[in-house]
Formats: sequence, structure tokens, C-alpha cells
Amino acid sequence: MVLVETRALVKRFGSFTAVDGITFSVGSGEVVGFLGPNGAGKSTTMRLIAGFLEPTSGSAFIGGHDSQNDPVAARKQLGYLPEGAPLYPDMSVGAFLEFVAGMRGLNRAQTRDRLAEVVESIELEEVWNRRIDALSKGFKRRVGIAQALVHDPDVLILDEPTDGLDPNQKQEVRELIHSIAANKAIIISTHILEEVEAVCTRAIIIARGKMLADATPAELIAKTPDTGPDGKPRSGSLRLEDVFRDITRTKVEA
Amino acid sequence: MDKILRVFRREFAAYFATPLAAVFLTVFLAIIAGMTFFVANFFDRGQADLSAFFMWHPWLFLVLMPAIGMRLWAEERRSGTIELLMTLPVSAWTLVAGKWLAGWVFAGLALILTMPLWATVNFLGTPDNGVIIASYLGSWLMAGAFLAISTCVSALTKNQVLAFIGAVVIGFLFVMAGFDLVLAAMQPWAPAIIIETISSMSFLSHFQRIAGGVLEAPAIIFFVTLIAFALWLNVQILQVRKAA
Repeated sequence: MVLVETRALVKRFGSFTAVDGITFSVGSGEVVGFLGPNGAGKSTTMRLIAGFLEPTSGSAFIGGHDSQNDPVAARKQLGYLPEGAPLYPDMSVGAFLEFVAGMRGLNRAQTRDRLAEVVESIELEEVWNRRIDALSKGFKRRVGIAQALVHDPDVLILDEPTDGLDPNQKQEVRELIHSIAANKAIIISTHILEEVEAVCTRAIIIARGKMLADATPAELIAKTPDTGPDGKPRSGSLRLEDVFRDITRTKVEA
Repeated sequence: MDKILRVFRREFAAYFATPLAAVFLTVFLAIIAGMTFFVANFFDRGQADLSAFFMWHPWLFLVLMPAIGMRLWAEERRSGTIELLMTLPVSAWTLVAGKWLAGWVFAGLALILTMPLWATVNFLGTPDNGVIIASYLGSWLMAGAFLAISTCVSALTKNQVLAFIGAVVIGFLFVMAGFDLVLAAMQPWAPAIIIETISSMSFLSHFQRIAGGVLEAPAIIFFVTLIAFALWLNVQILQVRKAA
């Protein structure tokens, strides 16, 4: 079942084209990794899908609902972690998560049950009463992920979910994503390539607003020739990192 | 409605999460007391009414309401939380209404804290309490109008200082609109209809009518319409900025 769909999505800021005709769809059970250099248009694409920005042309759908024309229905099915995981610094973790749960339409009992579950899986018990501005970067990011999961949404869009986490925490978040992926459509953006290999069923490579590749991580590696762009054979085993470098460099320059 | 109240509660609590609320309330009470007793000579007037107190409200609100309203959207923009807020499954109206309501109730709290003055007047004499109640309600309504303008301007920028200045300037135009000085300057060249329109937009004259003792319909309708319009504009600004 297709849960997220974009059709020829274009976003221009003045004369700058941030997103240039992106079309793809994500079905239930898929974890799609958005890959691309900084400024490639990953976050803008995510904002367009979430409905925070309005596309210059094209459209985006969540669960069949247009993010612009039917935003409330679309967002009901969406859990979204914006870039940098912005949070209200003056609130306690508990008050913040309860606020988000309420705004997402959960009643008191549902809020209690869901929060108990989420807080346990993301390990937030010890900071429940602490003010958000007193948290470490890692905890802040985890609170950001928790707020996206509160209502158990069908669609998750996480903009750099592991940024700022230590290696152990990164691993935990990946395991978490893996464990909930079965009946959801998940899009994560990252520039850590091992993350794509570890959790994603599909990788979409974006550079300068254009989609350059859309395949499974294994396919991407298989497609790339054994020699680099300079014609020399690659040393050692071919890794996604090489593929990424090839695609974003050669295709963009061409 | 439930969502509006949730936004309201979050925003209202946010005022008290920092010393802002305490500082604001202290400053408000200090200034209004200073004006009433020392500038308007509350005791020397020898009258059992609160007109020496209410006459300052338009001028005080002109500066203090933008101070309450400036953070409502600008802070969300600066910290990026606006992205979180605007992707929740609620309409922009809900957010705008909840935020404005938080500021308005906070302004109401500030007014309630001035009520010892009301008690004093009753202790010293026999004032017309109907007039005083009408003045309080009128003052609160006017505060709501100043705040709606401030919230609206706040949605235009991520800079709270700019939001403050913008709201003060626009509020100033609304206050001054009824001044004879302004109107007289326009008399020679502007058609009567324009002068009448401008003077009818004046916060000062509408508030003075209410403070005169009657909660009359035109003044109430004026403030309520202005609030509704500013909140509507606020929603439009949020929509337009999505497309920018």
C-alpha cells in the first residue's frame, strides 16, 4: 500500500530551485533513506511532504491526502521530526510530549498508554521531569523522535534522526526504526551511509534538487562499475560511500 | 475548541516559565500606579472614580501589549519550533486563536491585579461601580485589539524586537487616529468621508466612550471586529509564508 507519494514536486525560493521535479512513492513496510550532500534539497522535500512548505508546483500525498489541500487529514497520519529537532526549551519533557499527544488528538488514556510505551522504547524515563533546555543534545534528539512516534503514525518522516547522537545511541535509534518499520512508511534523511545500509530498504539520492538514483542499497552498489571516475580500479571492497560520491559528482557536473 | 485550549495552556504557561511574567506584571503595576497617583493626582481630584486610572490604559497598552505579543510567533520562527507546530494536525486558526487567547488572558490577569485600586475607591467614597466594570471590560477588550495586532506582526518576522517595534507603530496609528491634532492637519485637504473613517478607527475615542460608563455596541463591535480581522490576517500571513 502506498502511503507517501510525491508527483513532480518543485520548490523555488526566488530564482533558486531547491527541489526540481521529485517523483517517488513509499509503501508500507519500506524505509527510504534520503541521501545527498548538504543543501541538496532533502529537508525541503521533507517539508513539502509534511505540508510545512507549499510546493511551487506538483503535489505530495500522505495516506492519499494532499498535504496542501487536505492538510489536517494528511498530518494525522504523519509523525515528523524537523531538521535540528526543534523543541520548546521552557517545557519539561513530560509536559511537551503530553502537549504533542493532545494536539494529535489522543485522549487522556491513550496518551498515558502511548507515552509509557514510547518513553520506554526511547529510554526517556530519567529525564521525564527535566526541562528541555537542560537536556544533552542526544536526549533532545530522542525527545524529538518520541514526539513523532506518540500517535503511532502510519508515516514517519525523520530529518537526520541520529544527528548528534553517540555511536550507541545511533545504533539504538536504528534498531528502533527497524523494529517499527513493518507496517509503516518511513523516510529518513542522513549523510551517514552506513545508516542507509543498516536500516533502509531503499535509497534515494538527491543532489541540487534532483533525484539521481532510487534503488536498494545493494542495487546501487551492484550498478556501479568497479573502476572509479578516474578510470583506476577501486581498491578494496566497493562501498555505498563510493557509489554516493560517483553519483553525486558525475551526474551533477554532467 | 479542545485544541485551542491546549495551545492556550502551553502559551500561557510559557509566560511563567521565565521571569518575563513577573517582570511584566511588576512593571505594569508600577507604571499604572505611578501615573494614577503622581501624574493624574488621584487623591487631589477628590472624586470617587477611576478615570485617573483608566485614562492611561491606551498609552500603556500601546507599549505593553506588543511586549506580551511579540514572542508569540517570532520566537517559534527563530527556534524552528514553528515547523513542529505547523505540521500538527490542526488548522492555522486553532494555533492563532490559542496564542492570542493566552496573551489576552495574561493581559486580563494584569488588569485583575489592579483591582485593589477599585477597592480603595470604594473604601474612600461611593463610586459608580457600573462605570468601573464597564471600563475594565472595555480596557480588556482594547488590550485584546492591541494584542491581535501584535500577534499578527509577530508572524511576519523571527526578530522579536522588530515584532515589538512594528506592533507599537501600528498601535500608535490606531491610538492617534482620533486625535484632533491629526484630524485638524488633514482637514484642509482630505475629504470628509476619509477623516470620518480615520477618526472612527481610533482606539482612544472608542475606549473613552466605554470608559464614560456605557458599554455601547459600536465601540464593542469595533474592537471585536478589529480583533477578528487581525487574527484572520495572522492566518493569511502564515499561509503566505508557506509559499514563500
